[in-house]
Amino acid sequence: MSDVWTALLSLGDKLAEHVILSAAALALGTIIALPLAIWAGRSPMISRLALGFASLVQTIPALALLALFFPILLSLRAVFGEDLPTLGFLPALLALSLYALLPILRNAVTARANLDPGVLEAADGVGMTSWQKLRLVEAPLSAPFVMAGIRTAAVWTIGAATLSTTIGQPSLGDPIFAGLQTQNWALVLAGCIMSAGLAVLADSLLGLIERGLRVRRKWMVWLGSALAALGLIAALASQQAEDDDTVTIGAKSFSEQYILARLIGQRLEDAGFPVRYRDGLGSAVVHEAVTSGAIDISIDYSGTLWTNQLNREDSVPAGEMLTEIGRWERKKSGTLMLGALGFENAYAFAMKQDRAERLGIKTLDDLAQAAPQLVVGGDVEFFERPEWIAVRDAYGFNFKQQRNFTSTFMYDALTGGEADVISAYTSDGRIAADRLVVLEDPKDALPAYDALVLIAPEHAENEQLLSALRPLVGAINVDAMREANFAVDRLENKLSPEQAASELAVKLGLD
Amino acid sequence: MTKPADMLLRFDAVRKTYGAITAADSVSLDIAAGSFVALVGASGSGKSTLLKMVNRLVEPTSGNVVLEGEDVLSVEPHVLRRRIGYVFQGIGLFPHMTVAENIAIGPRLAGDRDNTARVSELLGLVELDDSFAPRLPHELSGGQRQRIGVARALAAQPHLLLMDEPFGALDPVTRDALGNAVRSLHDRLNLTTVMVTHDMTEALLLADRVLVMDGGQVVADEEPRSLLDGAGGTVAQALVAVPRDQANALAELTQ
Repeated sequence: MSDVWTALLSLGDKLAEHVILSAAALALGTIIALPLAIWAGRSPMISRLALGFASLVQTIPALALLALFFPILLSLRAVFGEDLPTLGFLPALLALSLYALLPILRNAVTARANLDPGVLEAADGVGMTSWQKLRLVEAPLSAPFVMAGIRTAAVWTIGAATLSTTIGQPSLGDPIFAGLQTQNWALVLAGCIMSAGLAVLADSLLGLIERGLRVRRKWMVWLGSALAALGLIAALASQQAEDDDTVTIGAKSFSEQYILARLIGQRLEDAGFPVRYRDGLGSAVVHEAVTSGAIDISIDYSGTLWTNQLNREDSVPAGEMLTEIGRWERKKSGTLMLGALGFENAYAFAMKQDRAERLGIKTLDDLAQAAPQLVVGGDVEFFERPEWIAVRDAYGFNFKQQRNFTSTFMYDALTGGEADVISAYTSDGRIAADRLVVLEDPKDALPAYDALVLIAPEHAENEQLLSALRPLVGAINVDAMREANFAVDRLENKLSPEQAASELAVKLGLD
Repeated sequence: MTKPADMLLRFDAVRKTYGAITAADSVSLDIAAGSFVALVGASGSGKSTLLKMVNRLVEPTSGNVVLEGEDVLSVEPHVLRRRIGYVFQGIGLFPHMTVAENIAIGPRLAGDRDNTARVSELLGLVELDDSFAPRLPHELSGGQRQRIGVARALAAQPHLLLMDEPFGALDPVTRDALGNAVRSLHDRLNLTTVMVTHDMTEALLLADRVLVMDGGQVVADEEPRSLLDGAGGTVAQALVAVPRDQANALAELTQ
């Protein structure tokens, strides 16, 4: 329990970010929804369109809506210029505002439609202009219902804001995502408690305002507003001014990325750079983020870039692939491929040792023979990836069933029998820990996945930064990486990514 | 057409159609200043439509409504309505405003904010005391609410008072008292009043001119006494027959 407590106390800055993001999204949603509701009150056509649109938005999963703003903003750069941020606060704000739209709009439209027609006739009859009618009659009488809508929207927004972690906006989702990946349940629990607590608090304050409007007690409205404003001001005040020299290191959402980001960050801090981390970025987002300068450094894998960015389908030797990627990145965006770290994190098919022996499976050819009786598990994106398609076609796989798991639970699925074979990662510590066998790939259908460091164009010539990182090139062997990964992933005696990174540095003699 | 000096309101070939339905069919009327006119007819006869074309709650399809020499269509609706008192069955007191705020809304819209004395005077006119001023509408009885409705309609000192079934939702005792109160206000304040009602008794007792409407047309235009004497045609007489028969039946009961 004290772990959760410690985690809670460390979440102050995430909480502040979360409060600011949610409040801004709620404010923007309200600013859009209210005029739309007024317009809808005067035109049934607009009413249907606006409510239809808002309902449609609501059916898009929040995670997808957040991710969708990345390509949208990217294409809008053609209009607004290259400085338009595609990650972080802006896309999170836009997506969450859209999400907040429906409850506010629906309540406001319903409130307007349910106003006593006699009162509206009287407003016309005494000679109000339409603006006076809105200000003196429609707005005050609809206010409690509108406030109820804002209240619902606030709770939704605070909940959905945890997902903005995936597009690089710090929030209370950071500890949840990081905790899920590294199976640090104290961290997950702390993030959930904090965001639920925030939602409950916001709900009570807005509820007080709503009640004040309903029973016409001004002090309730003022008290609720003042307390909410106080919270927001405290959140804003706690934000340190963004330091422009701060180097942002991005990490995809798995342990190895967290550890390597810390390893890089610790070296940069020793070299005098202020550092910040953007953890849990979607794998598709991270490459665009580094080449566009939204983050400064990322760790990627040669095979991933080869197929997804260079759109190559041919197989070349690992060294040649690295050279080609480095050349391509430099030419395409000015991004620097600093070098390979020295280990591979390739996709590989792994099975429990006893099961593989019983079925006599050693290679992917053997696996293809047995496939119709077996269930294959993959991480959430695996069966959409070109690597899967390549290897499936090369060996003619025809499994009984395909199942998706988060990368953490995939190994548990294997040991628990929910899957017979999984798409493991070769650098994963659990391969050794769970005594899994990695099946051979005689046709070389799975490409090489050398871990490599990408540096954003802005820092490609930054000699001070580059010289701090060069010692990492070629320095990390796969056993050391597996051990570090396992130290974070295991359930007993787990290390934080920071601790694992420090241990890794010591072990490899990187000082 | 000549325009006598005491002419306050004129309908000139006023017509209103809703799709295939004709609510007002080329109505032409002159209403003299100071008169109390009742518009009587069955539901759907077009009486409310005709009334609401005066303060532009309904816009005519064709024809003109002229108020004090000015075509109402040439005046901004909100400016026009501030010059006309309007009382209707729904009452429509603003539930979030006190009685005083409700009464003073007209002057407030016109920019006049200090109305305590005026509110007191208007409460007096509708026979309520100053203790009502700070109350909210939901604390009042139906009759008290409509009294406030009348006070609100009179706040801007209009020359013309339009009433659309003003007492329709009230109990008979309250209705009778309020009817008499409005009639005496009409006389004291020198108002011109047009009242829509489906109740011929009310029309006969309060008005000095009764217009009977049927199918969007004015089918009778008589003083109460001539109607009781049998003038005005079949539609009007059918309406008059109801209270007359009731009176006779009551008279028989007392014999």
